Amino acid sequence: MVENRPLTNIVTHGVLILGAAVFVLPIWIAFVASTHTGREVNRGLTLWPGDQFIANYTTALTEGVATAGAPPLALMLFNSTVMALAIAVGKITISLLSAFAIVYFRFPFRVLAFWTIFVTLMLPVEVRILPTFEVVAGLGLLNSYAGLSIPLIASATATFLFRQFFMTVPDELTEAARIDGAGPLRFFRDILVPLSRTNLAALFVILFIYGWNQYLWPLLVTTDESYYTIVMGIQRMLATSDQLPEWHLIMATAILAMIPPVLVIVLMQRLFVRGLVEVEK
Amino acid sequence: MRTKRVVFRSLWLPYLLIAPQIAITAIFFLWPAGQAIYQSFLRQDAFGLRTEFVGLENFARLVNDPLYLKSFTTTLVFSALVAGISMGVALLLAVMADRVLRSALFYRTLLIWPYAVAPAVAGVLWFFLFNPTIGIAAYFLARLGYEWNHYASGTDAMALIVIAAAWRQVSYNFLFFLAGLQAIPGSLTEAAAMDAAGPFKRFWTIQLPLLSPTVFFLLVVNLVYAFFDTFGIVHATTRGGPGNDTAILVFEVWRDAFEGLDLGFSAAQSVVLMAIVIALTAIQFRYIERRVEY
Repeated sequence: MVENRPLTNIVTHGVLILGAAVFVLPIWIAFVASTHTGREVNRGLTLWPGDQFIANYTTALTEGVATAGAPPLALMLFNSTVMALAIAVGKITISLLSAFAIVYFRFPFRVLAFWTIFVTLMLPVEVRILPTFEVVAGLGLLNSYAGLSIPLIASATATFLFRQFFMTVPDELTEAARIDGAGPLRFFRDILVPLSRTNLAALFVILFIYGWNQYLWPLLVTTDESYYTIVMGIQRMLATSDQLPEWHLIMATAILAMIPPVLVIVLMQRLFVRGLVEVEK
Repeated sequence: MRTKRVVFRSLWLPYLLIAPQIAITAIFFLWPAGQAIYQSFLRQDAFGLRTEFVGLENFARLVNDPLYLKSFTTTLVFSALVAGISMGVALLLAVMADRVLRSALFYRTLLIWPYAVAPAVAGVLWFFLFNPTIGIAAYFLARLGYEWNHYASGTDAMALIVIAAAWRQVSYNFLFFLAGLQAIPGSLTEAAAMDAAGPFKRFWTIQLPLLSPTVFFLLVVNLVYAFFDTFGIVHATTRGGPGNDTAILVFEVWRDAFEGLDLGFSAAQSVVLMAIVIALTAIQFRYIERRVEY
């Protein structure tokens, strides 16, 4: 701080605390609603948690919101975990390999390959919804974990990140490895991957959240409820036409849907910030 | 494009290494994008039995379709509001956090986690908060004399999705603004303070000008976010309604393809969206210094 002004300091902290409070408010209300009975929630305006915490979360996890045709949350949480992990691990693996090829080899069509990867930046799922769906349907991948994850694992950003990082690895290391008789794969496995550990971890955090929060893609490729992910399944509970939504269970779902990614961010904050800045720069 | 001075030699290994990524890109990105462009010149009858080449007719329909044009305006208004609000709030909070250096990390922890909340979930949370009969926000607005109803009022529905989208994005902007502010040398602000420039003056004459690259970068990122990543918010809450007041472009593409089954029309919209992403990406690469060199 440049100068000491007690009044400004109070205002500063005040604004920050108010900001943080506004951020937490929706979560608090959702949590409160998830601890009351449906009848209490539908009567409106509760600000303090009730005593239905265990009952509501047990119902949600084991039975789901039956009236809305949504499967039990435990299953949807499992699907989300599989999808997020597959996307994160898949993206990192294929990006590491292709960045290695681009940086450490000279081969015909190298520049073409690089630009092909680059183009994926400009084609998010959202702009090619129907044709991508047709391809996945044609390959028989609808309602499968492969269909949920594989079409999303090509990533230009991860490849660029690794490429940049590999460019900073000293050539002397490569020379030393070659003198010691290590081939390219040995060098990759024993030197390059261990050196990339921090980047790998940072990227993993970002990609896990990216995968977990996918919405449009699971909506397109799953018709079988047993493949619903939790972020996508939540809308099914809202879409009840003939009766009031079961808000207490929907809010329990919302809370459960955000716990894993929020925990990842808070516990691995340093890696998360690093990953975010590295990916976007 | 640069490689290492020391490289490995192999005729087949690099192709093998790069094959998975190229295969996925070709099958799930390039081919569908090509299909979208191709289909945008076709018209299929409702049963998918006959397809005919219609040239630019789908695009002509787009330009003359009042619903689509309205969706364009809706998207522009929505994106401008989301980018403006989330960046404004984030900048305010970042400047505050930057002032209290010792607690900056603490506040950062308190402020970054909404980024982890999926847009669709954020939408559902605010949807509940503003529920006209049982939502707390709607209750307080009613006490203030405003009858909130996002089922009936297009303005209220738009406000709802803007709030949900901005709420989540503030964290992201906050992180980048804070990093940008902390990169400004302390000597600059100290020198200004010795010349008797107060916090406000210092903000306008030193911090904001030095932050302008960050502002510009975030503007592009926020526009991309508002255009493409907010489908979940709209789909899970307002479903484009009431009327078509919150039907953003991505939502229209989805609805015309999966509910309207109007394939050529949806494909033409996809092509327009592709042009928008390409333009935004080009701006990002052309005008924003990135440390990636090609």
